[in-house]
Amino acid sequence: MDLEKLKERVLTLVPEAEFEENKQFVTFFVPAGKLHVTTMRLKDDEDTAFDYLFCQSGTDMGKYLMVVYHLESTKLGHAIVLKVKTEDRENPAFDTVCDIWRTAEFHEREIFDLLGIRFNNHPDLRRLFLDENWVGYPLRKDYKDEVNIVEF
Amino acid sequence: MKEVIHTPVPSVEEEEYHINMGPQHPSTHGVLRLVVTLQGEIVMKLKPHCGYIHRGMEKMCEKDTYPQIIHLTDRMDYLSMHINNHAVCLLVENALQIEVPERVKYIRTIMDELCRIQSHQLWWASFGMDLGGLTCFFYGLRDREKILDIWEESTGARFLQSYYTPGGLMWDIHPDFQKHTKEFLKYFKKKIRDYEKILSGNVIFRERSRNIGLMTKEEAISYGVTGPSGRGSGWSCDVRKHHPYALYDKVEFKEILYQEGDTLARYMVRMDEMYESMHIIEQLIDNIPEGDFSAKMKAVIKLPAGEYYQRVESARGDLGIYCISDGNKTPYRMKFRTPSFSNLSILDHISRNLKIADLVAIGGSLDLVIPDIDR
Repeated sequence: MDLEKLKERVLTLVPEAEFEENKQFVTFFVPAGKLHVTTMRLKDDEDTAFDYLFCQSGTDMGKYLMVVYHLESTKLGHAIVLKVKTEDRENPAFDTVCDIWRTAEFHEREIFDLLGIRFNNHPDLRRLFLDENWVGYPLRKDYKDEVNIVEF
Repeated sequence: MKEVIHTPVPSVEEEEYHINMGPQHPSTHGVLRLVVTLQGEIVMKLKPHCGYIHRGMEKMCEKDTYPQIIHLTDRMDYLSMHINNHAVCLLVENALQIEVPERVKYIRTIMDELCRIQSHQLWWASFGMDLGGLTCFFYGLRDREKILDIWEESTGARFLQSYYTPGGLMWDIHPDFQKHTKEFLKYFKKKIRDYEKILSGNVIFRERSRNIGLMTKEEAISYGVTGPSGRGSGWSCDVRKHHPYALYDKVEFKEILYQEGDTLARYMVRMDEMYESMHIIEQLIDNIPEGDFSAKMKAVIKLPAGEYYQRVESARGDLGIYCISDGNKTPYRMKFRTPSFSNLSILDHISRNLKIADLVAIGGSLDLVIPDIDR
């Protein structure tokens, strides 16, 4: 599917989606509530068929926290980027996509570990790298660690 | 008199129990801990515990300039060091739209393929050792040494070389580089026949590795298992073919695919890939054009604000770097999508209901490098 058609398809699925200018991929901000439904449709529809989640990452953008999904179709060869964001820093949460792509299970645990974003309905949401009783989320921009991080 | 209560003791076959494999276990190839739930000697499930050597690389990158980040990526997947460097260099070059000299592309492609060969050699060595063939370990390391010698001559280091820089190379290749590489190819073509004889054609080995750790193509895609492990299940996922970089669209090579999806298929993919890598080097080694070994770069590299994604095919699979820049000399956010991380996630699924001895074979066939998981 060419990029214009892909754009239209996402907008018909979620009219609230915001298009973002990006040279490499078609990029959309999807409302958090519609994330699961959108991704499910994008995977299942035959002419989109995004069956490979090749990167899932979280970022602290200062004003908001965001999770980015890089999707590719192994059959059709096209790619898309979906993003969700939340301004809630105390208790951020999104729906899990690990029932759609199993690789998300580990990626979501990593994001939970390092950014403190929870994923609803995740089967095993524990810290992945850090100790269970570690305080704070290191990849957040306001994370302070006076012992391990040396400021220049 | 007290009544004695006899509680029936379940036999070993019925009772579930847990054992720790790792963090220091030879077959986990590093500090990875697998908590295995067993019934008798059948694996019921396993939980990987990571993080023993997590260094917070993504956080460190936020304080480092792009040329400094290259030195960190060496330490991610330490067996694909050149290829990891390549990913960062391509990211910067594509973002700044810098065309690197033809000579650089040739040298980088050759170095990447040498890197793939030595990685597969070490994998072959340790995989053989995991399955009881200690000779493999000595053979593999003996031949890998030759590649390290070639690198030492040109790059000044044997292991963590950081030879690529944004725009080109740290310095030019040694005058004897071509001669020694050709000598190595001639040498290794004979030696790889020994590899085939000692392991690929070995009945015990084939019987131990066939039909275990079965992974379908759909599972491989869903779990994001890329590289030789994914191609052993018939998934065409070679980044060099699908998103070519450097000279991969000019050289001729086959993407190795096997349909069986078992441990033996993943083994065969890597063996055949070594031949393909040698074939790629042969096409390039005599034609390295004269010229500069680096494009002109500014002293301070700043990427324009925006988002960049770069994929390369490391020896283990699809390595992706996702970079958000705010226009400064350090990235705002750097995410490494490493192949071993995703490949580990399927280990639980494909080793269930098999014997614990098979787990060692399956783990070896996924070719996990632990610093690549922990970053």
